[in-house]
Amino acid sequence: MHELSVALSIVDIARDEGERLGGRVSAVHIRLGKLAGVVKDALTFSYDIACQDTPLEGSRLVIEDVPIIVFCPRCQTERALSSAQSFCCGECGTPTPEVRAGRELQLVALEMEE
Amino acid sequence: MNAQPRQPRQPGQPPEPRQPRLVEVRKNILKQNDLIARELRERFRRAGVFVVSLVSSPGAGKTMLLERVLTFLRARYAVAALVGDLATENDAARLARSQVPVKQITTGTLCHLEAAMVGGAVEGWNLDDLDFLFIENVGNLVCPASYDLGENLRCVIMSVTEGEDKPLKYPTIFNSADVALITKMDLADAVEFDRDSAERSVQSVRPGMQSFHVSAKTSAGMQELLAFFESRLTELRGAPV
Repeated sequence: MHELSVALSIVDIARDEGERLGGRVSAVHIRLGKLAGVVKDALTFSYDIACQDTPLEGSRLVIEDVPIIVFCPRCQTERALSSAQSFCCGECGTPTPEVRAGRELQLVALEMEE
Repeated sequence: MNAQPRQPRQPGQPPEPRQPRLVEVRKNILKQNDLIARELRERFRRAGVFVVSLVSSPGAGKTMLLERVLTFLRARYAVAALVGDLATENDAARLARSQVPVKQITTGTLCHLEAAMVGGAVEGWNLDDLDFLFIENVGNLVCPASYDLGENLRCVIMSVTEGEDKPLKYPTIFNSADVALITKMDLADAVEFDRDSAERSVQSVRPGMQSFHVSAKTSAGMQELLAFFESRLTELRGAPV
């Protein structure tokens, strides 16, 4: 369960950026890849704890799921994976280790109240 | 956040509450760890030390395997090890029997190692004198996946007693690793371990990943694994700067 450390990092970054921008942060938007190794529910739960006694208290965490996208060497195109258990092209079945997206653990935006 | 078309405001209606302002901020959430890991990797490269990390579930045989690897390698190389554990220093004591420098990183309640802990642990060691550094992570197949430690090679370990479908159950960590080590091969027959099925599971979550079948007890497969580590060290040192 490392989601609490991830939540603490989110709060740290959001607090610093919020101070820089001026105003109150009402929501934090992040992108979470399916291969990031972070469980969404556990992160949401941890976020509220991590916000306690910080300027972020009461803010929302908005999580955008990022699917795993691989590159199929045969089709020469990117494909979304339907399952992390099977790294192969959904169209032609060619196995591929080339991950183009899905490892994201990124803070993308803050909602600021004046 | 699709903006609804606004209705024209009728006279006498109160003004709408002010909309929060959405400010784009692109930051990697684990950037602190990633930065430290990058610095470490650069330090290791300059020192010419090849760094191998080991991840597995608790009890897969990381420490036993590492003890054997250290013992074999120290005949020809300068080797050291860091070992992460939640509470005890038992593993460091076991690894010290191989007579190489070993440091324990006791993580307390933290379920994984982070780059800063590795950085702290190698303080005081002259990395220039080392050929190989091994990092044994805390026994856990979930959390270590997200943390770069500055290693050159991440080995994910599964033992034959854990079931052939382990990679399918923990695809994230298997996908994040560079090679798979299947341990306790001396027990393979006793537990009717199906090598082909295990290999299919590995290939399914990380196509093209090389796997080694080893027994730390009988040393079966160890020479291939050691030769692989040696070839990667040569590669690292031969790489253009």
